[in-house]
Amino acid sequence: MAEIRINQVAKQFGDTHALHSIDLTIADQEFLVLLGASGCGKTTLLRIVAGLETASAGEVWIGDRRVDHLAPKDRGIAMVFQNYAVFPHLTVFENIAFGLRMAKLPQSEVEKRVNRTASLMHIENLLKRYSGQLSGGQRQRVAVARALATEPEVLLMDEPLSNLDALLRMEMRAELKTVLAESKTTTIYVTHDQVEAMSMADRIAVMNKGHIVQAASAVDVYRNPAAHFVGSFIGNPPMNFLDAKPLGDGWWDVAGTRVKGPVGGQYPALQLGIRPEDIVVHDAPSSAHPDSLSATVRVLEPLGSHLLASCKVDNQMLRVVLDSNASAKPGDQLHWSPVPDRIRWFDPATELALP
Amino acid sequence: MYSRNLPYLLLLPATLFLCIFFLYPFVLVAWQAFVSDTGEFTSEYFMEMATHWKFNTALTNTFMLALAVVPFQIALALYMATLVNGMKRGRDLILYVWTIPLGISDLAAGIIWLAIFEQTGFLNSMLQGLGVIEQPVGFLGYQSKGTIFLAIVLAEIWRATAIVLVILVAGMGLIPKEYYEAAEVFGASRWKQFTRITLPMLKPSLQTAMILRVILAFEVFAVVVALGGTNLPILMGEIYTWQYDLRDSSVAAAYALVVLAISIAFTLLIMWGLRTPKGARV
Repeated sequence: MAEIRINQVAKQFGDTHALHSIDLTIADQEFLVLLGASGCGKTTLLRIVAGLETASAGEVWIGDRRVDHLAPKDRGIAMVFQNYAVFPHLTVFENIAFGLRMAKLPQSEVEKRVNRTASLMHIENLLKRYSGQLSGGQRQRVAVARALATEPEVLLMDEPLSNLDALLRMEMRAELKTVLAESKTTTIYVTHDQVEAMSMADRIAVMNKGHIVQAASAVDVYRNPAAHFVGSFIGNPPMNFLDAKPLGDGWWDVAGTRVKGPVGGQYPALQLGIRPEDIVVHDAPSSAHPDSLSATVRVLEPLGSHLLASCKVDNQMLRVVLDSNASAKPGDQLHWSPVPDRIRWFDPATELALP
Repeated sequence: MYSRNLPYLLLLPATLFLCIFFLYPFVLVAWQAFVSDTGEFTSEYFMEMATHWKFNTALTNTFMLALAVVPFQIALALYMATLVNGMKRGRDLILYVWTIPLGISDLAAGIIWLAIFEQTGFLNSMLQGLGVIEQPVGFLGYQSKGTIFLAIVLAEIWRATAIVLVILVAGMGLIPKEYYEAAEVFGASRWKQFTRITLPMLKPSLQTAMILRVILAFEVFAVVVALGGTNLPILMGEIYTWQYDLRDSSVAAAYALVVLAISIAFTLLIMWGLRTPKGARV
């Protein structure tokens, strides 16, 4: 039960900067997800907290202890590895008991904790088996049970579900969320899967090129992306971005149509960001919607729950979520307008969202 | 071109080779050991071998040598392999240097160590030069069986540890790093990581290395001859003596079968002792 504070942590591998001065505080019992594409530094950051990697600069605090000079075993952490790292030469029981044996707990306590965590992860009937006799999902459960058995202050998970098939991943996601909420540990969870991140996290820290671009709740990250990268990385399909030229007085020219935007002449150009589902499509241009934009439908993807239309607007890509009954055909002209309070503005120079 | 017989056809040369050069001589040796001149089955040659005054000494010496050499070699090779695997740079260089003795024949190795230990050897001249001794000491004389034994043990360790090392280094390289990281996170010290992760996961390599070394240890010959002559009788030495000095191929064959039986027994013992439980294989 502890807060994690990461102060100005940086990591260099030779000339490559894997992490640029990261500041992040994770509250006691919070479930924080580090989300980013591969190579963004999220695993490196997790391994620095674990003590498997040494930071080039900065401090890591767990609770009121500075831990960056301590060995992993002295940090009060447990970890779940991407490839599970379930020891093949030990039975499931001994795997779960590994940390407890190293801490030299008495046999009765070891048995008690192993049995409790095993039943928590629903693997109590597998205790005598070896890792080679388990499925991927079962191995994953063993890895989590092994981590929980040590009753850590901090639980670190490195893409724990990435090796499971889609259905199993969904099942484990919900289960892990329940188990971790009960265990009351502070958790850092690394993933490149945005659905996983959004469904599990109390807070998501989106990483890109060694920076944390935004750290906020799932809804906030989705609705109010702090940067172009966040908008285009999160959401499937991602946010649409359209170039806007200033017309003065808070009006902006987006693909030949006037759109109300931020006042102030300091930006030579902006980008309008809008989620595909925050677009209203009109039957035909009418006086009721004098400011509607038009788009040419290129590709239609019927996805069951909705119809995804990829369109061209003034040579820019626009994706629109349509009702699954919509009668659009490729080549059709679509008349649309963005839901005004869902529009976000981005500065193309800094790629950051306007405040 | 492909037919169902092709695999067998391709296996044929190797099978023929094994039959002509291994199976056939083996049958001949067994025949010699068990069948008398008149063509009857007999245990007379085994009796002659076992009742000879040198048999027990040779058997004991061979076992003692294997016991003194092999466990030490395994431990040393484990230590050396751990060092090599922990190195970031120069790993290959060190490995090459350490494996140089592998390229030297066992007789040559025996002669190198003879040059150190003999009366006019390096050790004596060094000790004399340092003023530790007045006169050269006969380390390898027939009265000093202890030092002969020690010299042979040293020479064998110097000569044949590298083969164990090579096998273990390769084996250690196959253990995924993630297991060590998991062990480290869950509180295992360096030593615990070695005993709880490295050793159990190295079992297949240890098995190979030990079988190889134990068999070779029971066949030790040239180094013993070079350093001890006939002062320290061993099984392989007795085979040679019976075959070429006493001109009795049948007793020599009986000896050879004894060495074979010991090798098979130890191979089975090691395979059983270092077996991996079903399901625990990676």
